[in-house]
Amino acid sequence: MSKQPLRPDLALIAEWIKPGARVLDLGCGDGLLLDVLQRERAVRGYGVEIDDQALLACVRRGVNVIQANIEKGLSMFGQGRFDVVVLSMAIQATHQTEQVLAEMSSVGAQGIVSFPNFGHWYHAVSILQGRMPVSREMPYQWYDTPNLHLSTPADFEQLLAKLGLVVLQRAFLANGKAVNWLAPLRATQAIYRFARA
Amino acid sequence: MQVKAERMFFSEPLALAAGGSFADYELVFETYGKLNAARSNAILICHALNASHHVAGLNEAGEPGWWDNMVGPGKPIDTQRFFVVGVNNLGSCFGSTGPMSINPATAKAWGPDFPVLTVEDWVHAQARLADRLGIACFAAVMGGSLGGMQALAWSLLYPKRLAHCICIASTAKLSAQNIAFNEVARRAIITDPEFHGGRFYDAAVVPRRGLQVARMIGHITYLSDDVMAERFGRLLRDRDPDEAYRYTFDIEFEIESYLRYQGEKFAGYFDANTYLIITRALDYFDPARAFAGDLSKTMAQASCRFFVASFTTDWRFSPARSREIVQALLACDLEVTYAEIDAPHGHDAFLLDNPQYHQLVRAYADQIAINLGLSA
Repeated sequence: MSKQPLRPDLALIAEWIKPGARVLDLGCGDGLLLDVLQRERAVRGYGVEIDDQALLACVRRGVNVIQANIEKGLSMFGQGRFDVVVLSMAIQATHQTEQVLAEMSSVGAQGIVSFPNFGHWYHAVSILQGRMPVSREMPYQWYDTPNLHLSTPADFEQLLAKLGLVVLQRAFLANGKAVNWLAPLRATQAIYRFARA
Repeated sequence: MQVKAERMFFSEPLALAAGGSFADYELVFETYGKLNAARSNAILICHALNASHHVAGLNEAGEPGWWDNMVGPGKPIDTQRFFVVGVNNLGSCFGSTGPMSINPATAKAWGPDFPVLTVEDWVHAQARLADRLGIACFAAVMGGSLGGMQALAWSLLYPKRLAHCICIASTAKLSAQNIAFNEVARRAIITDPEFHGGRFYDAAVVPRRGLQVARMIGHITYLSDDVMAERFGRLLRDRDPDEAYRYTFDIEFEIESYLRYQGEKFAGYFDANTYLIITRALDYFDPARAFAGDLSKTMAQASCRFFVASFTTDWRFSPARSREIVQALLACDLEVTYAEIDAPHGHDAFLLDNPQYHQLVRAYADQIAINLGLSA
């Protein structure tokens, strides 16, 4: 239905998902990723969303969506029933970050997480100038941000290791374009695909 | 929208869950909109405890249907593109064969001899009505509360005869607390001296006091604590809040007056035997019982898509009950959308205007229409 382009991190996530996969998209927003995956990759899945307006947007697209708070647990979704569990640009706003990651890995065979890279050089410069960074991926002032748990790629990989999860694939984007050289400093977004060791 | 009820007579015996069968019954129903040439645009609306076939529009008495805010031209269930059927269930008291009808064996009202019915019995009867209306497969079967149970039962008993199940403010089985409230209501009726063991028609009386108490109890469970506090609080009846109490057992508080009014109104139109039958059907509904209590195995009988919704302040059939249904559907890999609607009104919310609720149903119905290729 919709012809609107996918956000770059979502486009990359979509490429990582095999046709026909069973997908659970946590914090699915308006359901665009699932909509595209359903139409272009014959993916079957459900979105999970807490926000009323986003839920309505999903229903209007014909995307299956479950209204729930992902931080209250994912037991409703059973164990190992999904090929992929996606959490895009939302992990930094979770309270129970470690628990959410652990549950993702038990609900699905693989997890895909994208998040804003707090280690971007601009953030360091901003802090050296005495100010909290405000950027495209993190457009909030320090006093009104929903972000609680910001991290760098190295931080994130450390948490995956602590949870017994291994990185299957990683990608870094700067303003929507892939970066390789000095990625931890230059990337504005990081995307990881992981599974239980 | 002016509507007129129709009647359909059924002579083939209907086998009942309680054993035996029921022959020669009539169902009263209303329809809205037009059945398309492909006969694919029909939606069945199942009613809850005290409602009827009169779902939408104005009947001959000028009364609006019980779900008129949901069903009609331009409403969330838009009768300009869907053909909507409302049917009064067997055993009810709004025109379909029920305890007030004449038992051909005795030439007297059935009264307490009317068989105990189940949700499944109703669904089988509704399926026969669908046969006669030429509807092989409903675009959707939809209901709230007890109506939602019928929609669920449809998905299990006739999985090929519905494309979508819309189950609102419902549950896959009553809790002990739910059954307890029903039992209090039934005892109020049965112990009313004017009940006469259910043969009160012969004595030309009505067990009004029992019906009133039953309705008062029911009504408390339909409202949330918050909505009662907001609407009534500790307001005094016909007095300023700071006036002295009367120190009597007459009506003192506004809530007492409200409940008595609801009870009296109800006793004026509802049949006592029907109340027993319908509350019992609620109690007995437990499709997972045949699967050792495993709701996932139960829902595996279904193949349609589901829209499940609950209301945050509904403590009669709380969101947790709907989540159990959703969890079972997810375990079966069935397509499901679930909304937990933030509404202050308790169980009653499923009948009320709520923008989020109505927009969601409208959006879901739009998708049904798009998938069917129906024009707007």
